[in-house]
Amino acid sequence: MAKHHIEAIVNGDAVEFLCETEETLLDVLRDTLNLTGSKEGCASGDCGACSVTLDGRLVCSCLVLGCEVGGRRIETIEGMAKGETLHPLQQRFLEHAALQCGICTPGFLVASKALLERTPEPSEHEIRFWLAGNLCRCTGYDKIVSAVKDAAATMRKG
Amino acid sequence: MAETLTNGHAQSYVGTRTIRPDGVDKVTGRARFGADFSLPGQLIGRVLRSPHPHARIISIDTSKAEALPGVKAVITRADFADQPSEFIPAGEMMMNYKDVVRNVMAREKALYEGHAVAAVAATSTAIARRALKLIDVKYEVLPHVIDVVEAMEPGAPLLHDDLFTAGVEPKPEKPSNVAKRVEISLGDIEAGFKKADVVVEREFKTAPVHQGYIEPHAALASVSEDGSTELWCCTQGHFIVRAHCARLLGLDISKIRVTASEIGGGFGGKTVVYLEPLAIALSRKAKRPVKMVMSREEVFKASGPTSGATVKVKMGATKDGKFVAGFAELKYQAGAFQGSPVQPGVMCAYAPYDIENVKVIGYDVVSNRPKVAAYRAPGAPISEFAVESVVDEIAKKLRLDPIELRMMNAAREGTKAAYGPKFGPIGLEETLNSIKKTEHWNTPLRKWQGRGVASGFWFNIGGETCASLTINEDGTVSLMAGTPDIGGLRASLSMVAADELGIPYDKVRPIIGDTGSLGFTFLTGGSRSAFSGSMAIVEAAKQIKTELCARAAKLWELKPDQVEFSGGSVRALGSAAEKFKPMSIADFAKIAGKTGGPIGGYGRINAQGAGPSLGTHLVDLEVDPETGRVTILRYTVAQDAGRAIHPSYVEGQFQGGAVQGIGWALNEEYIYGEDGKLQNAGFLDYRMPVASDVPMIDAILVEVANPKHPYGVRGVGETPIVPPLGAIANAMEAATGIRFTELPMSPPKVLKALKEKGANGASGSDR
Repeated sequence: MAKHHIEAIVNGDAVEFLCETEETLLDVLRDTLNLTGSKEGCASGDCGACSVTLDGRLVCSCLVLGCEVGGRRIETIEGMAKGETLHPLQQRFLEHAALQCGICTPGFLVASKALLERTPEPSEHEIRFWLAGNLCRCTGYDKIVSAVKDAAATMRKG
Repeated sequence: MAETLTNGHAQSYVGTRTIRPDGVDKVTGRARFGADFSLPGQLIGRVLRSPHPHARIISIDTSKAEALPGVKAVITRADFADQPSEFIPAGEMMMNYKDVVRNVMAREKALYEGHAVAAVAATSTAIARRALKLIDVKYEVLPHVIDVVEAMEPGAPLLHDDLFTAGVEPKPEKPSNVAKRVEISLGDIEAGFKKADVVVEREFKTAPVHQGYIEPHAALASVSEDGSTELWCCTQGHFIVRAHCARLLGLDISKIRVTASEIGGGFGGKTVVYLEPLAIALSRKAKRPVKMVMSREEVFKASGPTSGATVKVKMGATKDGKFVAGFAELKYQAGAFQGSPVQPGVMCAYAPYDIENVKVIGYDVVSNRPKVAAYRAPGAPISEFAVESVVDEIAKKLRLDPIELRMMNAAREGTKAAYGPKFGPIGLEETLNSIKKTEHWNTPLRKWQGRGVASGFWFNIGGETCASLTINEDGTVSLMAGTPDIGGLRASLSMVAADELGIPYDKVRPIIGDTGSLGFTFLTGGSRSAFSGSMAIVEAAKQIKTELCARAAKLWELKPDQVEFSGGSVRALGSAAEKFKPMSIADFAKIAGKTGGPIGGYGRINAQGAGPSLGTHLVDLEVDPETGRVTILRYTVAQDAGRAIHPSYVEGQFQGGAVQGIGWALNEEYIYGEDGKLQNAGFLDYRMPVASDVPMIDAILVEVANPKHPYGVRGVGETPIVPPLGAIANAMEAATGIRFTELPMSPPKVLKALKEKGANGASGSDR
């Protein structure tokens, strides 16, 4: 079967690509568009390392097909910093040492950003349950939760 | 953040919370992990795995797969030469290439579900997948054995007909699944039990658990027509990968260059090879680059995990609480090939305590499971879980405070450990003291809640390590290390380099060198990389300082003892001090060409004197009597770090280890069906802790300096996974009155026990 021709917006840029029916959005991002910041940890939607937003909604890109995203707006970790300025979440993750190996970090950042866009002042409880779809095996989550809280406070100050 | 010292030059970074140099790459998605590398013209490699837990491989016909358009290479056992049986030390474990070659590609038999049987390289994933289906493997299915106790029984299905139990006299006449018996003893165990007023004996069972790194194994190999081989992979030790691949593929070590990618977690599980030799073999055949990445299912079925075990513990104490005898018998699953971490399990069992009479026996047992790999303090959490549970029971029997009881028996400087050495300065008592002082320890609990405490020990290791420092033309410094940075290593080494050379931290730029850039450097494991890496940096910096002093003496026409390096500059001493302005590293860098050429130092050491790290954990939990679910309410870790180079990353080790231990204690396990197949090979069913499962983890840094390290550093990474199992079991007893002896304490098991024992949750309000 012929490949699908898809046009979409990725991190603000218009992109077009060809993909097989069975290729996931994650495959397209990583293998076709060379955006390898989104990671594959499980390919079953359990680890959140491939988190992106699709028209503003947080999704696991391993559970979305490439051919589903025509005309839609995708934000990945690569679009999070603006020029030389890191997003407050990125900055706080560094300051709090909220990453050890760093493989889960892009997913956590994308998911946390989606949280703060909805809930500017999340409680620890809300942070923990929102991020329950993102696995981290290194940190025990402590410093991630602190970093998200701190970033939220920074962002509220504007 | 960093202090400027009175001399105006030197700053002290060690002990501060700097931003890691590789941080920006890791928060922007720029950092390249194992699966992020690609090469022009690369093929995709996939592995065909055995569907049977135990089967003789009668034949493998690859002709149809090879004929499929797009398939460029197929490999099987025929592509790997057999290896002689020879045991070599591999960090904290032993290995035998006869087994390694069989584990990476099955030869006579498939020994576990998921065992690699063949591999293909094709122009696309889809073609590679189709090719696997065209490989015709004829199996003779054999009876299998999964459980360690069943595997030890006389009539058990035999995995290897040439495996005779080592360590027993006389040598057995028949082969068995028991690879090895090990024993340590101190004093007279029988006499010890005679002195005891109270004796507690218990049997425990733990399930195998996976390291659970989020990044699956990945490798990209490119072999040229002359056999030159390049390999990119995620590993805890690229020099080890090079050594294994050279041996398995019959290549000169110098022909293989391995570059370690960023590594997405390892915890011991990335200290061995799986895909790497296959990718090289496929690339060698296809003459094109070959990329291989495991699926999560493959990670669960064919890599890691650590042993499940059956452990008997018998301890005796006097009525005032002095431990007088400690006996244990450990039976550890090795997986399909021998080499479980039973030896360190045996050695660690009673290491936290000063006991005159100790005897610990261990058995290394093979069964039809994936071969175990190292997992954070390999073997120790299992044996120490059992001992810490029994220690808690003794405290209860004697009506003693469990911290006081541990304090009374704590190993300290001068204690002779049952496994051999006399301890230098160690910090167990300090961790117990700091736990006792916490508000946490002194907060009341309610019904169905319980509090538990447990201590833990791990040796730590040093070993062969190289690191270099190069002074650039502008006075900045390039740092190269040979161990992958798994959680802040670049930061720690840069801080030490900055302090040693008296330059700003941000003037040091660290990289992890490939295998062609440095001498053999042992892997990131054994909590060794910051410990021994910083020692190598100190050595490299010393060479630079010596060299700069020599150059200054020459320039100033002074004797070598009339100059010294301090505060980041070379200074003339005594009467010459006024005559010559101190010269900074940047000053020397400018004139390097005129004063003897490039400036650098190269530390090549075999690091000795890794100090053990001991810790004590405190946990509060609540049991839901309706579902059996356990919620961790509060958690505090106190551990001796020697000296914390970067306190945040040390705390991170404590917190991460504690949460891995929580998973081990409460939920994680390999679940096998009667058919010998793994039933939960995915993150949904292999239930690792998520953010909503755990509370904040309070971390208390105890610093009892390690006298063998220039900064007092001890390895810290592994000890934190040791105490949680015992601490949680002890808290469960406090909450329910039930002594849980089987891990994980998952909801079905807890619910069953609550019903059987008619527990009412009253004991939680005791404290």
